[in-house]
Amino acid sequence: MTKRNFWGYFVPYGLWLGLFVIAPVALIVYQSFFNLDHQFTFANYADYFQSGVYLKMTLNSVWYAFLITLFTGLISYPTAYVLHQLKHRQLWLLLVILPTWINILLKAYAFIGLFSQDGLANTFLRFIGVGPHQLLFTNASFIFVATYIQIPFMILPIYNALDDLNPALVNASRDLGATHWQTFRHVIFPLTLPGVKAGIQAVFIPSLSLFMLTRLIGGNKVITLGTAIEEHFLTTMNWGMGSTIGVVLIVAMIIVMQLTTDHTKGAAK
Amino acid sequence: MKRLISLVALLLLVCGGLAYASTQLQKSSGAASGKVLNLYNWGDYLDPALLKKFQTETGYHVNVETFDSNEAMYTKLKQGGTHYDLAVPSEYMVSKLKAAHLLQPLDHSRLTGMQNYDSRFLNQSFDRGNRYSLPYFWGTLGIVYNDRFVKPGTLTHWSQLWSPKYRDQLMLIDSARDILGMALVEQGHSMNTTNPQTLLAATKRLDQLSPNVKAVVADEIKMYMSQDEAAVAVDWSGEAAEMLAQNKHLHYVVPSEGSNLWFDNLVIPKTAQHYQAIYAFLNFMSRPQNAAQNAEYIGYATPNAKAKALLPARVRNDRQFYPDDKTLRHLQVYRNLAPRVVQTYNDRYLEFKMHH
Repeated sequence: MTKRNFWGYFVPYGLWLGLFVIAPVALIVYQSFFNLDHQFTFANYADYFQSGVYLKMTLNSVWYAFLITLFTGLISYPTAYVLHQLKHRQLWLLLVILPTWINILLKAYAFIGLFSQDGLANTFLRFIGVGPHQLLFTNASFIFVATYIQIPFMILPIYNALDDLNPALVNASRDLGATHWQTFRHVIFPLTLPGVKAGIQAVFIPSLSLFMLTRLIGGNKVITLGTAIEEHFLTTMNWGMGSTIGVVLIVAMIIVMQLTTDHTKGAAK
Repeated sequence: MKRLISLVALLLLVCGGLAYASTQLQKSSGAASGKVLNLYNWGDYLDPALLKKFQTETGYHVNVETFDSNEAMYTKLKQGGTHYDLAVPSEYMVSKLKAAHLLQPLDHSRLTGMQNYDSRFLNQSFDRGNRYSLPYFWGTLGIVYNDRFVKPGTLTHWSQLWSPKYRDQLMLIDSARDILGMALVEQGHSMNTTNPQTLLAATKRLDQLSPNVKAVVADEIKMYMSQDEAAVAVDWSGEAAEMLAQNKHLHYVVPSEGSNLWFDNLVIPKTAQHYQAIYAFLNFMSRPQNAAQNAEYIGYATPNAKAKALLPARVRNDRQFYPDDKTLRHLQVYRNLAPRVVQTYNDRYLEFKMHH
């Protein structure tokens, strides 16, 4: 690469990275060290780790994010697998991605309509004789809607991993006498694991800080860190504490990335 | 791929063209001549017909920008770079803006409609002598109930909300001051208490309300209540007025033992530029027939006594939105509390939300 070429590529990329990745993160870290009176302090972190409320909220968030990721994974893997076998798979894939083009708020409102007392879901329950149920504002409905929203982000990386899988390996496994299940268990699944991990990364972190859904669908019965951040920035204007929670989320993201990144990858290649 | 790119390019071109055309249109309609007024208001909080009337009457072109929370407005005014001539903060935010030196005092010699206002709504604790603000609308916090589930007239006090018969039927507005304030009033305390012990006791009382709470939501309450999703809700009178208009089974009560009295007020931010237009607008809005028209459109209570007299009797005598003197005397205006106290309110409230 010539020197001019290098700068030609690096400058826009570096600018982008600096302005939109490094600067915001640095600002959040910086803000997190200031209290309401704009004095430098570590009190925000001390508050966070000493108050039972924030720790409980963190546990809550991690637990719900875990459940959402788990259900998303359970649905997405088989879906991606089946999609990959289909004839018009590009079309099917497009249909899976299509809902992501719709704003999340619109989707949430659509679910409010479906789940309300006189909504479609309850009409159906009444029709089959189960009678109406309280569907909105339950933990189950929150997880259901969050899972629905996250599914495309899990399907895509798994689908791509399946696409990259060399069919010769599957054929070889079958030739050598492995059953369908054994092939899947020992060949297909391990080789598509990077896709699953990428999917987990794409789903888990955003799920930690979902806040619109906790109110609209969960009726604030589910409180996540996102709720606290929203409150600190919009109501109490305690940006320091809000940033502190933001930093905790960034650290959580780094941990998840570490756990789900394949460290042996370099050696294997 | 190529088709996709050309499609996206076409879309961008159309959007850009439309944006350009609309700025051109705005420029030609007064902005260029400098006869403008930049109004920073809540969404849908001014009768558009009235706006048109003001523009034809005075020739000033009004640019309206909207905000959805006092705090968002405060942040924007504080960070500068804006040129709003008038803003519409709630009462506690007026104190806060005043303390931050972000307001310009009103020149009372240029105001012509002061005598139209009801003296009960002037000279409030947040702005003595109305040095900085003119009341725009006022309202209360109260209980909305659906007469299909609750017998009319049986629900009149805060303490009744704790009754086991409303199990899983209650919706609360997602606002720390209001919901804790409700618990404080229920226990006979001031809604402006700064005593941590009193607040803690109120939080404990709120925790006992949990089994009755179906959801803690924001604007969506209107939609839920109009669709019979819940039997009872705690919300502001303005929101209640909209719900009542959509569902005739709904009723609104302000408990006579006390509640919040809130004001939205017109103020002049420091960065204002068009003083002629500002006073023209303030005087225009103070005129009884204009204030009455606006109140009828928005559905909130007007502080303008002469305007109230012009309203139809069924609105004027509606005790739901114009409570009697006894109730009115028990209402409390929020004081702007120190940031630390606000923080305590919100922390306690967050704990309540986590427990319920």
